[in-house]
Amino acid sequence: MEKTQVPAKKEKMRVLKPALICVLVLTLLCGVIYPLLVTGISQLFFHDQANGSIITVTLKKDLTVTTTDEETGEESTQVYPAGETVAIGSAYMGQEFTSPQYLIGRPTPGAPTNLSPESEEHAQMVQERIDFFHELDPSNTADIPMDLLTVSGSGVDPQISPEAAEYQVSRLARERGMSEEDVRKMIQKHTSGRFLWIFGEPAVNVLLVNLELDGYIA
Amino acid sequence: MSYVIMQDVGFLILLIGLGIPLGIYMYKVMLGKKVFLTRVLRPVENVTYKMMGVNPNEEMGAKKYALCALAFSLFGFLFLFLLHLCQGFLPLNPEGLPGTSADLAFNTASSFVTNTNWQAYSGESTLSYLTQMLGLGVQNFVSAATGIAVLFALIKGFTRRQCRTIGNFWADLIRSTVYILLPLSLVVAVLLVSQGVVQTFSSYHDIVTLEGAAGSVPVGPAASQIAIKQLGTNGGGFFGVNSAFPLENPTAFSNLLECWSIFILPVGLCFSFGKAVKDSKQGRAIFLAMLILFVVALIGVTAAELFTAPQFDGAVVSGNMEGKEVRNGVGASSLWAAVTTGASNGSVNSMHDSFTPLGGMIPMFLMQLGEVVFGGVGCGLYGMLAFALLAVFIAGLMVGRTPEYLGKKIEAFDMKMVCLVILAPPLLMLIGPMLTVMNPQTPEWLTNSGPHGFSEILYTYASTGGNNGSAFAGFNANTPFTNLLSGLVMLIVRFVPMVAIIFLGGNLAKKKIVPVSDGTLSTSNGMFVGLLIAVVILVGALSFLPALALGPIAEFFTTLG
Repeated sequence: MEKTQVPAKKEKMRVLKPALICVLVLTLLCGVIYPLLVTGISQLFFHDQANGSIITVTLKKDLTVTTTDEETGEESTQVYPAGETVAIGSAYMGQEFTSPQYLIGRPTPGAPTNLSPESEEHAQMVQERIDFFHELDPSNTADIPMDLLTVSGSGVDPQISPEAAEYQVSRLARERGMSEEDVRKMIQKHTSGRFLWIFGEPAVNVLLVNLELDGYIA
Repeated sequence: MSYVIMQDVGFLILLIGLGIPLGIYMYKVMLGKKVFLTRVLRPVENVTYKMMGVNPNEEMGAKKYALCALAFSLFGFLFLFLLHLCQGFLPLNPEGLPGTSADLAFNTASSFVTNTNWQAYSGESTLSYLTQMLGLGVQNFVSAATGIAVLFALIKGFTRRQCRTIGNFWADLIRSTVYILLPLSLVVAVLLVSQGVVQTFSSYHDIVTLEGAAGSVPVGPAASQIAIKQLGTNGGGFFGVNSAFPLENPTAFSNLLECWSIFILPVGLCFSFGKAVKDSKQGRAIFLAMLILFVVALIGVTAAELFTAPQFDGAVVSGNMEGKEVRNGVGASSLWAAVTTGASNGSVNSMHDSFTPLGGMIPMFLMQLGEVVFGGVGCGLYGMLAFALLAVFIAGLMVGRTPEYLGKKIEAFDMKMVCLVILAPPLLMLIGPMLTVMNPQTPEWLTNSGPHGFSEILYTYASTGGNNGSAFAGFNANTPFTNLLSGLVMLIVRFVPMVAIIFLGGNLAKKKIVPVSDGTLSTSNGMFVGLLIAVVILVGALSFLPALALGPIAEFFTTLG
């Protein structure tokens, strides 16, 4: 008995020890060296993209920012004076626009609804959104593109379809005192096309259009 | 519409065109042949063996091979479990996130060790950079590498004759990590960053919006993890909403690249298999069976999302955009849904819970087929090879001949192992929902009610029981009950089939090779492809039709009335 036990124990160690060391070595390789290498290359060559594509602007007029404390529900306001430089968002994260003088994006609750499109709740949500647009611009009776009425997968979709932008052109022109052609040109400028002509869908970046409407970017 | 078709065709061309050369490369790597990266990476490989104190040329029998694979996964599991509990005291935690609950740590450790990447948590609000990088990122690599290793143990079972061994687990593991996964991930990660995927250690950026609200932009070392989460068919997102989140997947190109990355290794491995068994027609037959299943599913999802969405007065008639991003649209979202559930990836670029009833059923059914429509890296192909053995076995019964595959007689022990591989997943995919439905607390965890609520539960266990990891995310899975149950399901469906495959390989290696005769059933012609598809569908349909009828099918019919 004793003779067979010793090699059996040794055999066990010949599996366990390499297994443990292997976990550690691969952790070093894949969990430390690899991400550091990617971070190094990214920060060197794609500094802006790697850090969230943050857009900073110098404010042209005072901006009052309202924050709601998540725990107490108390609202507080802070005024950023004109001339101050602030981070106004990421080019790739949608933000909520409700004022008629802005191009309005998809609903941005910050999270997906996960509702079945056949559910009662979903139908209600779409109806509320349709009413919102009709109230915003009663003169516009065109059918509204579905992407303006539904919540995206991320809840912060930064883009809308060109049709959804076109739907808002007349209102924007009126509110801003511009010609529809100029508004269209602006939208066109911030529309990304399909990759290699076939992959993905054309999409209009809402924040960039609004920044240009406000004169922050040219 | 025509763009959607062109996009899908273009995707398949990119996949096959690059899959074939990559398959040949992987075959060379795994058999220890010289490749163009050998000169750079051989020293890394050798240093690793030296530190571990193993000889990569030492041959292992099935038992030793399985023990090594299990011991390695066990240590990975423990490391990950502890990391979750202790992250609050560890560095690289700029948001100051505390350790997770023990049941969540168990669930997540099981999830990432088993290549599932089911996530009961939301990454940006739960896990520190250190946990994501050192824990999840590492398991993304090694769980995929383990799959490739075990696949090649099985392949050696087919190619060796009267031999008691099936290779060396450590060599297989290290080679697939160092030569295949690491270099590919590096390239993909840098390309993703160039598109706007974040990769930084700084804390989240505070911003103010143009309309005067305060907000923050979450960042982190995401790109490095996203590259391997796709390539390793892991799927666990750095951020909670996964690749729907624009900072994980900002452009049309990043979406194509990530979607391609999910499928490229499973596709390539079909060709590696053909090369390794010295009959590329065998690899092609398996590939074709998977491709046909995939294309049918893809057409189904896409058509359902384009044409069966509810329409509203005052809105443009269009496909279903709920839960989808504009830059992806219905086309690229449906493509991704079919890809991610065909492969056991589980990352999403749209919310499957918000798909139409039939559009959501097809991804669920792809998982219920046992994750063999390309499937996970390595494990998809070994699962499909188990179905191939079942197919020759059934054909053998019909004509009264001992079944053979690649010259090996398939006998009682082999079929027992095949049954373990094929039957473990459906069994657990059904037991999970059964126990969940019996739990009185369950209704509180659902977002949707009625048949769609049942679909949320069914999808949860199709996903964890297929080591997929995607979700009908309306289901609140972060409860002790679901964390423990789905954690166990993931562990069982990963390791029972894996050990069975290793022993199957060990047993096949011992056999002689029977010469081909007139009576041998060809396993590379169209008839066999058809038979294989029929067997896969039959097992899946027989197991799941009743359950699907209560969920998505019932929901679909309620929309007609």
